[in-house]
Amino acid sequence: MATAAEIEKQAEAREVRNRWLLSAPALIIILLAASGPLLIVLLYSFLTPGPYGDVEWKFSTEGWVSVFLERDIFDDTLSFASAHLTIFWRSLRLAIMATVATLIFGFPTAYFIATRSERTRDIWLFLITIPFWTNLLIRTFAVLQVIRNEGIINTGLIKLGIIDQPIQMLYTDFAIMVGMVYVYLPLMVLPLYASMEKLDFRLVEAGYDLYASRWQVLKRIIFPLVRPGVVAGSILVFIPAIGAYVTPSVLGGGKNMMFANLIELQFGQGRNWPLGAALSITVMAIVMVALLVYVRNTSSSEVRHG
Amino acid sequence: MAKRFSIRQQTGFTTIACACFFLLYLPIAVLVIYAFNESSSVSDWGGFSLRWFVAAWSNQQVVDASWRSLKIASSAAVIATIAATMAALATTRTRAYRGLTFKYAFINQPLMVPEIVTGVALLIFFAQIKIASGYTGLGYLIAAHTAFCIPFAYLPIRARLENMDLTLERAAADLYATPWNAFRRVTLPLLWPGIIAGLMLAFVISLDDVVITEFVKSGGQDTLPTYMLGQIRRGITPEVNAISTVFLLLSVVIVTLFFFMSRKRD
Repeated sequence: MATAAEIEKQAEAREVRNRWLLSAPALIIILLAASGPLLIVLLYSFLTPGPYGDVEWKFSTEGWVSVFLERDIFDDTLSFASAHLTIFWRSLRLAIMATVATLIFGFPTAYFIATRSERTRDIWLFLITIPFWTNLLIRTFAVLQVIRNEGIINTGLIKLGIIDQPIQMLYTDFAIMVGMVYVYLPLMVLPLYASMEKLDFRLVEAGYDLYASRWQVLKRIIFPLVRPGVVAGSILVFIPAIGAYVTPSVLGGGKNMMFANLIELQFGQGRNWPLGAALSITVMAIVMVALLVYVRNTSSSEVRHG
Repeated sequence: MAKRFSIRQQTGFTTIACACFFLLYLPIAVLVIYAFNESSSVSDWGGFSLRWFVAAWSNQQVVDASWRSLKIASSAAVIATIAATMAALATTRTRAYRGLTFKYAFINQPLMVPEIVTGVALLIFFAQIKIASGYTGLGYLIAAHTAFCIPFAYLPIRARLENMDLTLERAAADLYATPWNAFRRVTLPLLWPGIIAGLMLAFVISLDDVVITEFVKSGGQDTLPTYMLGQIRRGITPEVNAISTVFLLLSVVIVTLFFFMSRKRD
């Protein structure tokens, strides 16, 4: 005969089973149309490119080799693929620069919102949220219209007589960075605001009582307290920036490629799917490293602040 | 007289913040203003006109792409919200059980992978299925959109469930309601605002997607954003400004609704 403990155990097992059944549709959809195919990318990176795109089912490490190296077509010697390295370096540099720039602009903005009165705070927050949810392509297109040679910046400067030739801003690395700062700024401001909102201003007051200057208070009190927000915001900006596709395609033109454009090329004119797959895994690895840094940072700071 | 010292003030912060807000809206304002330009040049102002809206409206490609976008976004949002609601019910208000953390990570996984990588992965995977099954319809796009919409729909629903009072459901059970009846009459009505919020988020996210759609779509399956990307790459006409303006208006309306709904909830 079943004891009370056994019955309870059975009920619990049934409960867990029901919970798995209930979450099954979401898990299956994500498995089929998001997570699962990632494993196929890994597999494809070790195959041989087919002549018209796609792959031939023969093992090869050529895809991975050509991420960093290129084979001379005459004597088969390997040398560094300078075109790829230029693109990696540009992606990394622009992503880091965009992260730093959004922090420089986003920090004061978030602080400004957090120090408003309860009633007006919602309005400022709303003004940051609106661009966050509007189409990224449209916002990038808006930047394009402002910075191109016939845009309001150049025409304005010419009318004022400051310059007589338009400054070429569009289709440069600078344009990509401006575009990324513009589209990703809300991603920095929102987490920063979330941690600043909880800021205890009695600590700031104590700092001033002890004759700290404004800069010292900012550096020694405010900044350490909102560090989790700084880390979260930086990660949220860095991850989409390193894999950015729309911004470099629209503002960088054909020449100034980033990671994503190089990957797209392999699946289009390049017809080298294994290389494209290997490049995709490389981007993902960079993102995973960034996420690990984030996880370690947040868990250690939680321990420190109790 | 010296200004009163404020402990909340930081030198230059207000100036930078105001500049940020100004710069955030300036390009959007320019874009919208030029949508109403009479002249076909995108730099000279030729007077107010609605001709580009008319041009966009009578462009069959734009109309088709808009319908396709709406079709995909509404299907993906509905499926994602139903799946996310079920998943949220399964992952909240419970003691930790084996696999719970796994479920969290798995549901949020689409947020952690760069879109370009997901796009490439689906391109490869769906290419094989297209060859094997011969089916090339909108189903692929709907499946892809549903997958990345699930985490967005899941967020507000889960938040709502976690703040919900369990006592009402217990009361229903005490009064001999079957589990299904308790869910339908008590839990669901309380959960409704979260579900609507999740649905709206999913809809906007799907409507905005460019990258994954660009890789998954077959020939002639342009959505509005991928159509616009093609146009922008080819050179710009005020017609794209007009489409953008309508698109912006739609997003702003949805976001405003979402914002005020979630504020009322607090």
